[in-house]
Parts: sequence; structure tokens; C-alpha cells
Amino acid sequence: MGAVAAATSERPGGGPIVSVEGLVKRYGGQEVVRGLSFDIRRGECFALLGPNGAGKTTTLRCCLGLVDPDGGEITVCGEPVPKAAREARIRVGVVPQMDNLDPDFTVAENLRTYGRYFGIAGAVIDARIPRLLDLAGLAGKAGSPIRTLSGGMKRRLTLARALVNDPDLLILDEPTTGLDPQARHLIWDGLRQLVKQGKTILLTTHFMDEAERLATRLAVIDRGALIACDSPRALLAQHVEPEVVEVYGDLARDWAERDGRRIATRLELAGETAFCYARDPRPLLDDLAAQPGVRYLHRPANLEDLFIKLTGRDLRD
Amino acid sequence: MTPNATALPRGAKHWRPPSLSARFYPVWQRNLLVWRKLAAASVLGNIADPLLYMLALGYGIGALIGEVGGMPYIAFIGTGMVCQSAMFTASFEGMYSAFSRMHMQRTWDAIINAPIALDDVMLAEWIWCATKALMSTLAILLVLIALGYGRTPLAIAILPIGFLVGLVFGAFGLVMNALAPGYEFFSYFFTLVLTPMLLLSGVYFPVEQLPTWLAAAAEFLPLKHAIDLARPLMLGRVPGNVLLHVAALAAYAFAAYYVALALTRRRLLK
Repeated sequence: MGAVAAATSERPGGGPIVSVEGLVKRYGGQEVVRGLSFDIRRGECFALLGPNGAGKTTTLRCCLGLVDPDGGEITVCGEPVPKAAREARIRVGVVPQMDNLDPDFTVAENLRTYGRYFGIAGAVIDARIPRLLDLAGLAGKAGSPIRTLSGGMKRRLTLARALVNDPDLLILDEPTTGLDPQARHLIWDGLRQLVKQGKTILLTTHFMDEAERLATRLAVIDRGALIACDSPRALLAQHVEPEVVEVYGDLARDWAERDGRRIATRLELAGETAFCYARDPRPLLDDLAAQPGVRYLHRPANLEDLFIKLTGRDLRD
Repeated sequence: MTPNATALPRGAKHWRPPSLSARFYPVWQRNLLVWRKLAAASVLGNIADPLLYMLALGYGIGALIGEVGGMPYIAFIGTGMVCQSAMFTASFEGMYSAFSRMHMQRTWDAIINAPIALDDVMLAEWIWCATKALMSTLAILLVLIALGYGRTPLAIAILPIGFLVGLVFGAFGLVMNALAPGYEFFSYFFTLVLTPMLLLSGVYFPVEQLPTWLAAAAEFLPLKHAIDLARPLMLGRVPGNVLLHVAALAAYAFAAYYVALALTRRRLLK
């Protein structure tokens, strides 16, 4: 493992805000995190990308000090974790995978109660509430009971709750899973604003568009190990041919075996679709134009192509 | 979170001593605020039930049998009910309510993402169970006083006993909570622990009425210790063996809390 060296912060003065070095976590006999190393620089949005069961959530729980690692060193906001996990969490905001707002409280009461867990006085939180609700697009909802909020509103309130202590680092575990496209865009806008304000973000996701839009750098992990770590653009340039032609329909397989494999730099079959990768797509497109009844789509390569190339097409659960 | 936690063998770290910190307070306060919002329903549920039993049995059966243990039957059963309601209130809070917060609402998950440790959450839940037991104790005691019984300064000492009973059964409830796959699991505790406890501790009739061997065994029950303290106090008398009874209750409470904490750490910190 550890084939890819973790990039370290080059910013003078400010070391990495999160440093994970050789993290190992076992459950029973199974190693779910296997020597994972990465650094997160201040002010960046860092995405942990990986299929289900890759060890993303376990890694986050280790960073928060909620799980003791079986090996490795973690530093968060300058504090060694798990030894000083509580001190580290004072500087961190968390958006968990599953909503856990207090259903018996209103929107404002949720924020006020959560602020008290950080030892923040009620008056101080009350002064922060209007700005937090603005950012979450929940202005005017301070007195609303939680059950009257939509799924997207609950997510945004959870984000506002994570900001109640004005954290340096925001940790989000699959922040937009289960949301409709409109709601996802609202969350993304909020996160981009926060990065502009100088916050550091660590998020896990298995949505490639989310990583592509938000992440300044991303780490692809699979089976508990890091397999690539860089900016989305650099990773694409390094691992994937720039042009993709997707060929689909009944005739796709026949065409792929007959012509596709010969013309494309790399070709993958998945169900009824042939993914053809190439530096120059013209020979592919010329050939396809001469095939009646074959449907195809030409597009630039994206993170999904990278992800599939690095982690394979087999289903994970 | 001890410095050498990772050096301990697997499992052993869950049995490290409890951390007792004032950080429990905002979590306890959260429960109090929720309770205040839903107070009417919860007061009715926790207090109306024992009151009805006390009045019906106290007047109904009391009319047939007169005095029991040197006091009118309604005062006898009333004192028992004070302890019983502390027991039920704390057990219920430690099981159903704590399970809702821990498992259904994931409130604890949210709290331990803040700079609050699971130990702080557990301490808050434990003290909250006892706080609710104290409220039940106070309510039923006030009714007894309104009916003309327990009008003695010593009756005030029944309040800390109610709190102590709350610590014992709150901790028992939290042990069950740490092990529960679902709400149904808690009915074992009612059937196998609380109901026998209720019938053998002298709530409804003096323990001396039981067969000798059973009466001797009943001496070990925490509810019996509480009732042995509360009944004399109702009559304005200092109970015998105060230290023994208090120490027994405290031992049950702390031992059960330690087990509950270790099992909860095992369940959630993984």
C-alpha cells in the first residue's frame, strides 16, 4: 500500500490542519483502513472519494477521536487525536451522514442547544443565529419546529449547526446524499462560500460531480488504502485519456468487439454500454457515423471515469 | 480518551474508570428543556398512574384492613408508591427515553461530535434519570402531605432517597439500553426485574408476610432498602441502619452505572 506519497503542505507558517499518517483500523480480523496517509492544507476543500465500504466514514470517526485507531498518527487542528480529541473538536464542525437534529426543538433552539455543548453562552449564540440562518437559507424559520422542514432544509440546518462554534475545519460525511438537485446546489453554494471565508473542508462523497465541483484536492481510497491523491484536473490528466465516447444500445457490444477495441486507446464494456477512451476521438466518431443503428455520446473525461478506472466496475456493498 | 487507551488490549479500554466532569451539564440541561416542552404529558404518565393506585388501594383495601406497620394503609402504600414511582420513572427514562435519544434520534451522536465525550453524555443521562425520579418522589409526597400524612420535617429526607433510587434504576435502565436491539427488549426488565422487585420489596404489604427464605432474600433488593428508609421517615422517626441502606443503594447505583458506561462505550465508540 502507500504507493502514492501524500502531498504535504508547502504553505509557510501554517502546517497541515489535518495530518493522517499510516492510519490502521481493524474490526475483528478485518483491516478496514490499511495504512492511510494524507494531509489537508488550511483553506482547501479536500474530498475523500471511495466506493461503499472503502473506509471513508471510519477515517472520519478516527479523525474526530470517536474511534481509537489500531495504528498510525492523527493530528487535527494542531491537537494529537485521539489523545486530545476533545480539544481538537472545539475547532471542528461536523455534518454527519444521517440527520440528527433534535426533533423536540425549534430551529433556533437546535442551534442554541448545540452551541452550549461548546460552552458558548446563550447570548453569544443568539447573536450568531441570524447570520447562520441566512447562510443556510433558513431566514425567518428560527421558530419553526424541525418536523415542518424539508429534507434539504434539515441538511442546511445541520450545516448551520456545524458552524455554531465558528470552526476552522468542517467535516462533512456525504453531505448531499438523499437530496434533490436543487437542494444539492444550495448546499454546494454554501460550502463554496465557506471556503471563500477561509474555512477548511473535509468531505466524503461518492458523487463525482460533487467532488468535481467542490474539491481543490481529492483522495481516492479503496479497500482502506489511498490509491490516488491530487487536484481533480491533475488526477484526470495523469490517469485518464481526455476524450470519451460512450456507445450504447443493442448493437454496442458487437460494434465494440468488431471495431471499437481496434480503434479506441482503451475500451471497457459495462452492460449494454461500451466506454471508449482516446486522446483523439475522430477515428472513433468517423467509424460510428458509418454504423446505422448504433447510438453514441461524445464527452470529455470526468472524475467518474477516473474513479471507475481506479476502483473497477464491480459492485460494492 | 486516556493517553494510553490504544496501548490497552482490545475491549479493556471500555472498562476504564468513568470520567466525571461538569461537562455533563449542557446535556442534562438539554433533557430538562425537552421535558419542559412536553411536561404535561410526561407528568401525567409518570405521576397519575401511581396516584390512582395509591388512592384506590389505599382507601379501598385500607378500609378493610385498617393499620399496617403502625400507619394507616394509605400512608403505608403511599410511601411504597413514592419509592416505586421513583423506580419506574428512572427505569423508563434509562430505557425507552435514552434509547430514543441514543438510537432513534441519534442525539448522542450529534453531541459527541461536539467537545463532549460519551462519558459526559452518560453521566448526564444518569443524573437526568435520577432528576426525574426526584420529581416523581416530590409530586407523590406532596399528595400524601395534602392528604394529611407525613407532616414531619423528616419527610424531606425522602427526597434524596428518591434521587438515590433514581440513580440505581436509571443505571439499571442504561445497562439495558446499552444492550437493547429495540424497544421490545425492555419488557424483559419489567417482567424479570421490576415486577418481582415491586412485589417483594414491601410496597403493598409488609415483607414479613412472605415465607422466611423469600423475606430474607428480599433484604438484598434495592427497592427494599429504599422503603426501609422511607417508611420510618414518614412517621417522623429516624430509620435504623441508615448507613447500611444508603451504602447498599449507592453500591448498586455505582456498580450498575460502571457496567452501563462500559457497555455503552463498546456499543458506540467503534
